[in-house]
Amino acid sequence: MSEKSADGALVDVSGVEKVYHRGSEDIQVLKDLHLQVPAGEFLALMGPSGSGKSTLLNLIGGLDHPTRGTVTIAGERVDQLSDRRLAAWRARHIGFVFQLYNLMPVLTAERNVELPLLLTHLSRSERKQHVAAALEAVGLLNRAQHYPRQLSGGEQQRVGIARGIVTDPTLLLCDEPTGDLDRKAGDEILNLLQALNREHGKTIIMVTHDPHASARASRTVYLNKGQLSREQLN
Amino acid sequence: MHLVWGNMRRKKTRTVLTLLSIVVAFVLFGFLSAIRQALTGGVSLEGANRLIVRHKVSIIQMLPIDYQRRMEQIPGVAAATHQTWFGGIYQDPKNFFMQNPVVPEEFLDMHPEFVLSAQERKAWLSTRTGAIVGRKTAERFNWKIGDKVPIQSTIWSQKNGSYLWEFDIVGIFDGRDKNTDTTPLFFRYDYFDEARRMWTGMVGWYTIRVKDTAKAAEVANLVDAEFENSSAETKTEAEGAFVQAWAKQIGDIALITASILGAVFFTILLVTGNTISQSVRERTGELGVLKAIGFTNTQILALVLAESCTLAVIGGVLGLGIALLLTAKGDPTGGMLPLFFFPARDVAMGLGISVALGLVTGFFPALQAMRLRVADSLRRI
Repeated sequence: MSEKSADGALVDVSGVEKVYHRGSEDIQVLKDLHLQVPAGEFLALMGPSGSGKSTLLNLIGGLDHPTRGTVTIAGERVDQLSDRRLAAWRARHIGFVFQLYNLMPVLTAERNVELPLLLTHLSRSERKQHVAAALEAVGLLNRAQHYPRQLSGGEQQRVGIARGIVTDPTLLLCDEPTGDLDRKAGDEILNLLQALNREHGKTIIMVTHDPHASARASRTVYLNKGQLSREQLN
Repeated sequence: MHLVWGNMRRKKTRTVLTLLSIVVAFVLFGFLSAIRQALTGGVSLEGANRLIVRHKVSIIQMLPIDYQRRMEQIPGVAAATHQTWFGGIYQDPKNFFMQNPVVPEEFLDMHPEFVLSAQERKAWLSTRTGAIVGRKTAERFNWKIGDKVPIQSTIWSQKNGSYLWEFDIVGIFDGRDKNTDTTPLFFRYDYFDEARRMWTGMVGWYTIRVKDTAKAAEVANLVDAEFENSSAETKTEAEGAFVQAWAKQIGDIALITASILGAVFFTILLVTGNTISQSVRERTGELGVLKAIGFTNTQILALVLAESCTLAVIGGVLGLGIALLLTAKGDPTGGMLPLFFFPARDVAMGLGISVALGLVTGFFPALQAMRLRVADSLRRI
């Protein structure tokens, strides 16, 4: 698989529409949306609630299908994949970071980070090495045996990021990663994301409400009523 | 597996209570299996070629002794012998065990499942008041060969008017198979017939061995036809059916146990199903995350089924283990249920039921989890 589409973008969203049906009512969330994200970019998606940011992130992450239009990631038409192939594709190419961390409360930090690796063919010792590397990258190797309830919000989010990067995905998708954190912890997370982008070349798309967070991205695009309204290079 | 164990530990009280209800169900299953075995399982494989001939009206009606000769002449009958219910009491009515007068050679020939040494056999043939007793009863009352045992009959008096009969223990037999009943005492018919005051020349029932098991039904018809329109018409049936007919004096054991177990397992199905279903509902978001990071629908289905099966199998194994321990002591009634044990076949069936319970209770919650749309489930966090 090529890492980029013909015009060089890692992510190519073209003419995408997304309509939800609620009873007899059709709710159009995204309208004829076009977006390209080159490899290695740290992109922030901003906009008011209901503007379609998370829906767009879900389409790029292969969690949902567009009603119309195409979503191409690293040369592959994601919108055409079946649910089963999408699951395998996500495991290989996408790392997710959620606003509420979404760690498994019954597993230690180490086991949480290991989860995506269970879908690979890595041996137990290889998995252990990858987990240690990911936890080290987020500065939490010493908390590997702690359960989420024993960690602060910021630490939990760092475990969430470690889980997102442990498979070395093509794309890291973050949905309001600092939305549930105080300013200090949020800054630490943003520093970490920035380091992953700058030092490891990780392509990151981050949904946020927070201008302070979006300022850390290399580019910010604004959505309004399901369409891109403007963009800004930081 | 970490996730399965972890999820089970998530709500410990709920898991423990559900587990306990499953354990209780399987303990009950073990006990009812043992009771059913005790009441209906006393037929060894040897019994497949044996038929029981009894009075058509009821088992308590007697049959003439000369029927034996006539039966032996019926085509397909290899041998015939008889027994009679003695209904004796040793010391106390609660010390129940069966005692029947029999013709020793014929009886031992008919019942190879009762294992007696050649020396004891010889002693029985030469001792008119001799009796052989099963190992279980001998050990229960600490009887030894050479002991004189007094037994008070509730039915039969001797010619001198006494209901007290004395027997010399000349042999202690073992069972060839696990389900051979080693509680009865057998004594000689000739001694019994000469000493009893009434019904001489009459016996309780006959056991016949057929030459060809495949033709047993045909032989049974011939036997009953032979005595049709006589003063003592017969009813001939397989030994198994005869034993079960005895048990059915209490009721249809199989139906009773199946009904109780059916009700118990149906309740457990609802309890466990509800637990798993609730657990899945509470974890909608987490299941969504698993799907988001690449777990397929099938893997999610397998995860939920693994949880329900783990719960059911742990409960099942614990329950069956406890039932095995409790039934290992044997007959809890002191003699009424000599074959009281939890058969290996039923233990295996119990394990199968526990897996089935896990699959059935987990199926709908697993389906529900499998069908979750990732984007929807993440929204519910």
